[in-house]
Amino acid sequence: MRNIARSRWTQVVSLAAVGVLALSACSSSDSSSEETAAEETAVEEPAVEEDTEPEETEEAEVEEPAADEGCAELTPASLQLQWFVQAQFAGYYAAKDLGFYEDNCIDVTILEGGVDIVPQTVLAQGGADFALAWVPKALASREQGAGIVDIAQVFQRSGTLQVAWADSGIESPADFQGKKIGNWGFGNEYEIFAALGKEGLDPASDVELVQQQFDMVALLNREIDAAEAMTYNEYAQLLEAVNPDTGELYTADDFNVINYADYGVGMLQDAIWADEARLGDADYADLAQRFVTASFEGWIYCRDNPQECAEIVTANGSQLGASHQLWMMNEVNKLVWPSPNGIGIMDAAEWDQTVDISLNSPNLEGATVITSAPPAEAYTNQFAETANAELTNMGLDTTGEGFSPIEVTLNEGGA
Amino acid sequence: MTNTAIADPQTSADGASVGAARSRTFARRARNGGISLLWALAGVGLVIVMWELVKALGNVIPLPLNTSDMTMPHVWTMFAAMGEPEVRGSENTVLDAVIAATFRSLLLAFGGFLIGVAVGLLLAVIMQRFLFAERGLLPFVIASQTVPLIALAPLIVGIGNQIEIGPIKWTTTYSVMFIAAYLAFFPLSVGALRGLQAPTPTSLELMRSYAATPNQTVRKLRFPSSIPYIVPALKVSAAASVVGTVVAEISTGVRGGIGRLLIEYARQITSQPAKVYVAVFGAIALGLVVAALVTALDVYLTRNLPKEKSA
Repeated sequence: MRNIARSRWTQVVSLAAVGVLALSACSSSDSSSEETAAEETAVEEPAVEEDTEPEETEEAEVEEPAADEGCAELTPASLQLQWFVQAQFAGYYAAKDLGFYEDNCIDVTILEGGVDIVPQTVLAQGGADFALAWVPKALASREQGAGIVDIAQVFQRSGTLQVAWADSGIESPADFQGKKIGNWGFGNEYEIFAALGKEGLDPASDVELVQQQFDMVALLNREIDAAEAMTYNEYAQLLEAVNPDTGELYTADDFNVINYADYGVGMLQDAIWADEARLGDADYADLAQRFVTASFEGWIYCRDNPQECAEIVTANGSQLGASHQLWMMNEVNKLVWPSPNGIGIMDAAEWDQTVDISLNSPNLEGATVITSAPPAEAYTNQFAETANAELTNMGLDTTGEGFSPIEVTLNEGGA
Repeated sequence: MTNTAIADPQTSADGASVGAARSRTFARRARNGGISLLWALAGVGLVIVMWELVKALGNVIPLPLNTSDMTMPHVWTMFAAMGEPEVRGSENTVLDAVIAATFRSLLLAFGGFLIGVAVGLLLAVIMQRFLFAERGLLPFVIASQTVPLIALAPLIVGIGNQIEIGPIKWTTTYSVMFIAAYLAFFPLSVGALRGLQAPTPTSLELMRSYAATPNQTVRKLRFPSSIPYIVPALKVSAAASVVGTVVAEISTGVRGGIGRLLIEYARQITSQPAKVYVAVFGAIALGLVVAALVTALDVYLTRNLPKEKSA
């Protein structure tokens, strides 16, 4: 009796187990097929290129003497972005879709960010091989123990603005006195504190600092006097919105724009970060070198072909409208180019300024980004210099001295 | 012969009356269903009217909330936004995108729900069976729900990214399902445990007098008597799996689902304030579909139980 009962019990359990397995297998196969459908372009293209690989590499060899002689195999590598796919990351998507990574024998997976994804943390935990991050935030993580190194300072200048209405009388940070100043918080606010400090204003009493959403509604509703905005995103959102009084889109004349970079308080933003401990490993260092070189090639391509790069980004699943995407591409190009010392090479003065503000501009709680200066190893130009030399050999312009941005007309809603 | 001749009309009359009774029941149910549908629609209509009233009122007197078209778009603007192309030149409308995203989130939520239910039931059975397991596991089960999801989500994605078993590579899709399951298992394990412990001592003694093994007691007594506890727990679990899916999608930016769409559209609020509401409708629809599915399951599971109230 007991034995029979036990064997039945085992049967029930094993049946249940099989059922659960089958169900989970079903659901996982469902979702994976869904995923392939959703990321059609991203998945299909490399597969096609792989098939034709031998011919392509031969061609590449003829055209580009710097490229390696055929790849024995592609090294997989992943890049963690700060946010969803958008033109801010165009250079990497271009390098992937145009085969620059493949020419350098890398199979790159680009990991999109999310609300709670902190790229430098993902990198430090080993969830990605490389990550993009703003310098001050990454330095804060570094001070808290994340072993990460800035191996390419892709954005040479800050893209943070403070935008006010043209009739507000706010024309420079000195005019912030007594006004409601929107800021994003979460480590995006230190340029504001540095600007206030420079003007001798006390952030606690001389201005009213307001936590701002990641949209421009509060400014348009005149709930705040000046809003924080990125040149390549939120500022464009303003110019895509319809002025209810005229029925037309707002224009640049409707706003006063304060560019923090002009007031000497800009902080360095998007840079490629690598795992410090792994850089001692020759294979990883080699991978980092190839990754940086190919990424730069992507950025150079996007400088010369902004329209095509905007389309590449959209094809990779960006939800942004075409004119907004192109605007972002163009503004991001302005942050990368010109790169007087070569693309990705750290401007020591900008680094020092970023570190200085990170150390000496406390926020409302009295906290600074970092408490002690980062060591010299926090960034290296080694990879960027080699990449610049290689790309120059290939006949590419790596400084973009003659770079001139295009004119982008924004449509309603960025369409 | 005569017997059957007599009996036949009787049976057919019986059959007819049963059939008539059935169709009457059906008609009553349909009418009840129609009426409750009307009430539901009336509720939706009321919300729409209230929304527009508040907006209209905001134009006349200052209200403590902003009623501009940017923060509170007109209901008809929201409906118009459904038909707009998602991005310029795309054949997909916003509504198409929202429906596709809702369906994908539904799949993920359902996957998470199934895993959560399986794990929850298993834990409940183990905890009921072994006292030491209940003493040892229950605190962890409860503690598991006190961890904030937004702290957990990046962690799961971070750890998951490194998992690779043979050809199976952990993707963020699995992370979303894991998070949904993580929320879904709790109500079920606690509810089922209570249900399994529900039989009265008299019933248990009866089973013992039959020399029933513990396994038989579980199958024949404990499990049937736990159904009234499991059904409401399933409802809570289903809701939790939806919440878990959407929050996980938002938090980790997983592409394709309604959570990601909410964020994408929310960022376009400056120029297209109505668009995000279409995604909100999608999220609501997701919740309603899951609730309907669980109700259907409820009807099936409780078909043999005495009805407390007539349908």
